[in-house]
Parts: sequence; C-alpha cells; structure tokens
Amino acid sequence: MKLGIVVLEGPYQHEAADTAYNFAVAALEKGHEVFRVFFYHDGVNNATRLMVPPQDDRHIQQRWSELAEKHNLDLVVCVAAAQRRGILDEDEQGRHGKDANNIAPGFRISGLGQLIEAGIQCDRLVFFGD
Amino acid sequence: MAMLHTVNKSPYQCNTLESCLNHTQEGDVVLLIEDGVYAAAKGGRAADALAAAKGVKICALSADVKARGLDGRIIDGVEIVDYAGFVDLVTETDKTQAWL
Repeated sequence: MKLGIVVLEGPYQHEAADTAYNFAVAALEKGHEVFRVFFYHDGVNNATRLMVPPQDDRHIQQRWSELAEKHNLDLVVCVAAAQRRGILDEDEQGRHGKDANNIAPGFRISGLGQLIEAGIQCDRLVFFGD
Repeated sequence: MAMLHTVNKSPYQCNTLESCLNHTQEGDVVLLIEDGVYAAAKGGRAADALAAAKGVKICALSADVKARGLDGRIIDGVEIVDYAGFVDLVTETDKTQAWL
C-alpha cells in the first residue's frame, strides 16, 4: 500500500517525530511504499543538519536521512514553515541573501502542493503531531 | 467505512479521547499512542469510558505502554499492538484520523 506521513512537531520536543519515524520503519519493513514524508509547522526542524545531540542519544535528523537514502524516500519540508524557522537550502540561502544553509541530506524544500499531492496519491495519509 | 482514530493525549491533560469516542462509529478502531496510553491504565479516569465503548476496538501501542511503566496495568479488552500492528491498523481501515 502507498502511505503518506505528515510530521508536525520538532525533534526532541514532542514524541511525534519519534513515533512518525518508527511508523515509517515498520511500514517499510512490511513492504509498504512510503510515498512521501511531509514536514510541516515545527516539524521542519527535523531537517537541520546542524543538530548535534549527545552521542548516547538518537540523532533524529541523521536517522531520517539514512532511512531516505536506504529506501529512496521523498522527505519534503514546507517552504513557508522552513523560512520562518531558518531552515534553508542553497537556493533559499541565495534568494534571501543569507550566509549559510542547513538542510540535511535527503530532505528537499517545497510547497504545500506536495502535501495535497500526497493526499491524492496515497492510499492512507497519517498525521503525527501535538 | 471503518476508521482508525489515533489519540496521543493523556485524559488527565485534555478531553481529546472523550471527543474521539463521541465520534466513533461501530467497526472503528481507536489506537492509543504516546501519552494517550494513560487512558487505558487500570483504575484510571478514562478506563470506564473505554470499557463502555461498544463496537469499537481499542488498542494501545506497546512501546508507549512500556515507556510509561504501564506494562501489566492495562485494562482488559485493550489490545496491545507494536508498530507493525499500528501499520496493519492503518491499512486495514479505510482512513486514519489523528486526534491532535
């Protein structure tokens, strides 16, 4: 089955980011397709490669990036939510004249249309938030 | 049209579960996740409401039950499922509604 996942909360703040990840892993293990993971509102904070959690703690961003690489997942970050929270890729960095970008490997910045498309294309859309 | 309802709030925090149970229909499934699992604790505030939910299957996510020390303290009639079971509930029902 084709599944879409929406993450509305940031890492280390609320369990939603962990629950969504564990759900994605379980779905992939069962042979389902994860069509897209859409990060919205504070969920965009999952996508910064600059997070440095303690070594004995889970690395929430790296975990997503590795899962994306392994399963060719589409991790999409909402552009408007990302701009507000300082999540930038190279294009956004240039467009806004910033001195750095921080998007992690495997993530891409795009618009809400990607969420709508996931809603249309997926058999199920599952939300994780607060 | 069976629906899966996920509830992630403790009944001591807000009335999300109550709202959810007011909207469930026969054949639906309610999955308690994160702090939502507190609702299924024996002797808890929401235990009676869950027991009274007729025609609705109540489940709780095992990892969250364990993380909160509720192992062996869950009321009868609540099915404990792991993440694989969570995925099955999503695919076996027609839609998933998250009561955030």
